[in-house]
Amino acid sequence: MAVEVKSVMIVGVGGQGSLLASRILGNVLMEQGYDVKVSEVHGMSQRGGSVVTYVKYGEKVYSPVIEKGEADAIIAFEQLEAARYVPYLKENGHLIVSTQKIDPMPVITGAMKYPEDIIGKLKAKDIDVIAVDALSLAEEAGNPKSSNVVLMGVLSKRLGFEREVWINALKQCVPEKFLELNMKAFELGESVAEA
Amino acid sequence: MKKLMLGNDAFARGLFEAGCTVVSSYPGTPSTEITEAVAKYEEVYAEWAPNEKVALEVALGASIAGARAFCGMKHVGLNVAADPLYTASYTGVNAGLVIAVADDPGMHSSQNEQDSRHHAIASKIPMVEPSDSQECREFVKQAFELSEKYDTPVIVRMSTRVAHSQSGIDLGMRNNIELKPYKKDAGKFVMVPANARKRHYDVEERMQNIKEDYKFNSIFNKVEKKATVAGIITSGIAYQYAKEVFGDEVSFLKLGLVNPLPDQLLIDFASNYDEVYVIEELDGIIEDRCKALGLNVKGKEIFGCIGELSQSIIAEKLKGIVNKVKSFDEDVPVRPPVMCAGCPHRGLFYSLSKIGATVMGDIGCYTLGASAPLNAMDATICMGASISSLHGFNKARGEEAEKKTVAVIGDSTFMHSGMTGLVNIAYNATNSTVIILDNSITGMTGHQQNPTTGYNLKGDVAAKVNLEELCKALGIKRVRVVDPYNMAQTEKAIREELDVKEPSVIISRRPCALLKYVKHAPALKVDNDKCKSCKACLKIGCPAISIRDSKAFIDHTQCVGCGICQEMCKFDAIGGKQ
Repeated sequence: MAVEVKSVMIVGVGGQGSLLASRILGNVLMEQGYDVKVSEVHGMSQRGGSVVTYVKYGEKVYSPVIEKGEADAIIAFEQLEAARYVPYLKENGHLIVSTQKIDPMPVITGAMKYPEDIIGKLKAKDIDVIAVDALSLAEEAGNPKSSNVVLMGVLSKRLGFEREVWINALKQCVPEKFLELNMKAFELGESVAEA
Repeated sequence: MKKLMLGNDAFARGLFEAGCTVVSSYPGTPSTEITEAVAKYEEVYAEWAPNEKVALEVALGASIAGARAFCGMKHVGLNVAADPLYTASYTGVNAGLVIAVADDPGMHSSQNEQDSRHHAIASKIPMVEPSDSQECREFVKQAFELSEKYDTPVIVRMSTRVAHSQSGIDLGMRNNIELKPYKKDAGKFVMVPANARKRHYDVEERMQNIKEDYKFNSIFNKVEKKATVAGIITSGIAYQYAKEVFGDEVSFLKLGLVNPLPDQLLIDFASNYDEVYVIEELDGIIEDRCKALGLNVKGKEIFGCIGELSQSIIAEKLKGIVNKVKSFDEDVPVRPPVMCAGCPHRGLFYSLSKIGATVMGDIGCYTLGASAPLNAMDATICMGASISSLHGFNKARGEEAEKKTVAVIGDSTFMHSGMTGLVNIAYNATNSTVIILDNSITGMTGHQQNPTTGYNLKGDVAAKVNLEELCKALGIKRVRVVDPYNMAQTEKAIREELDVKEPSVIISRRPCALLKYVKHAPALKVDNDKCKSCKACLKIGCPAISIRDSKAFIDHTQCVGCGICQEMCKFDAIGGKQ
């Protein structure tokens, strides 16, 4: 490609809060002075379907979408979604994955099986996999729905921008009554990334 | 610093800054957020109309009255609004009138993949097409100027990736435009044949004038000229994809005004390069124009006209570059969208599935009733088609069909275009059974108010249509209400109404489980000692229920305690708090 951009994909299941995560990240990157595009697909994907959002940044970003082999990092909110979207990862890309499992309808109806040991199999492919039990950490923070922010805490340690910028982005994107809970979720994410 | 904004939000900002004061729209992905966002500005009156035709007529009325007006919809909505659209082209405007139409290449959330540029060409209305959020804001403001200068409605064509991606925009101040004077002008606005014949000349002249005035570089159409052998002609989101692949390696003609196309500019640009490619999503409209002008360009023979384009498609087709890809070696089960845990439609569709009914479906969340394991839908066409096609189905097959065929339609879709079909059933007499799924909101597009909810777009209390009284007034004598959480009652009602020899309406009433005011019961829990692993509870397709260690398992983070699975369990294994 003629234009160098960095690409982060956030994938999960409808209702897991990937839109909020992409907005937090988008705000952080704007604050860093990058040209930023964040792309989301609404509609059918909100009903428990597979949800993908793209965050791209650089000096100048044109296309808002990420294609196979282009993602510098993928943040997967669920294991099966990590397996589904791993073809989008670049050669030396990073995969941050929550260990949560949510059965999709073909598994529930018994038509298909949920693959075993997804994380182990991905690691065996020589992929840099960071597995995090984000759901337990989110419950520790006070609400299972905050696992999106736990994963942003993990990512913040990877991207290395100043902490204050992340906190400001959180304050902008999260309603005030949920801020304290989400701050705690973010800190728990940071702490496992360091461990 | 620029502000990161969704294309649709930037569009709304453009409406605000342009001094738009009256907005009427009908929700439809990916256009909905424009109207939701503009409604937040106190200076702008905004409403959800019952359908797109009504919405466009409201906006046209406001324009005639002298206010800058807007109407937004998705691509298929423009088909509904096509009647006023084609004649609004003849009347022109008083104050500016801008229409947004959002196409959905790739059909992320639509029933077809039509290219709305055909409507602009056929109705002879100028169309502009932004390619990012900044252009959304800018083009909307320019569209109002164009509208007033050339006395025409102007269509802004959005697409999913422009509407639903965020990029940086600069904010401007609102231009508080005063109401223009209203003066009666029957020759312009009364479209009887004698007047319309004259107006048709004005329409043709206006389009010629725009073509002439925009024949070179302009605010909409830009040439990015480099010393290259190849040139690319493109517009909208396709420009962003092509630019990512080629950067400054080729020259670009980026078209923002896609109707009328600037012939002279196309000729001047194409004649500079050995190879010229036209990159546009969906149909080859720019390409066909180039070819009609005798230009040697390539486009659809390389890219086709189906689905979305992307940087990787362009890189592969024109540069032969394919990215290296890692893969997961096993089959990854698909994750299609499903009815949410606690969705009131679930109980109804399970009943229909159990009865083995033929189901004429419609457009909304309940279209998900078509998927496994419920599989309870036979047809889905367009807004309102469930009821009218049920009548036709029953006319064709007679009593045998009447006893096992139903229509299902949501509350908002019924208000949109279901009522006229119901009148037809009463008037032209079939013993049809229509089920209105009243979940007290427009669900699929993300919770918009409608005439049955009792609230308007601004959140104020509004007149509330009583569906029972309405159906009776439309000529249906048998109207009954069921609670879809009570499956026994629901199934009984459906069987009775299918058997009865007159038209009937069943209102399946229960608010959407995602509505904030809906109080949920505690999550349910499976008693592993009582569970016989019969999997009856899996037949309802609830995303919260799965099998763990051969027993039914309920995910407490998803379960809202609706109790449908309890009705399925013969062994009383599901109950109580987790």
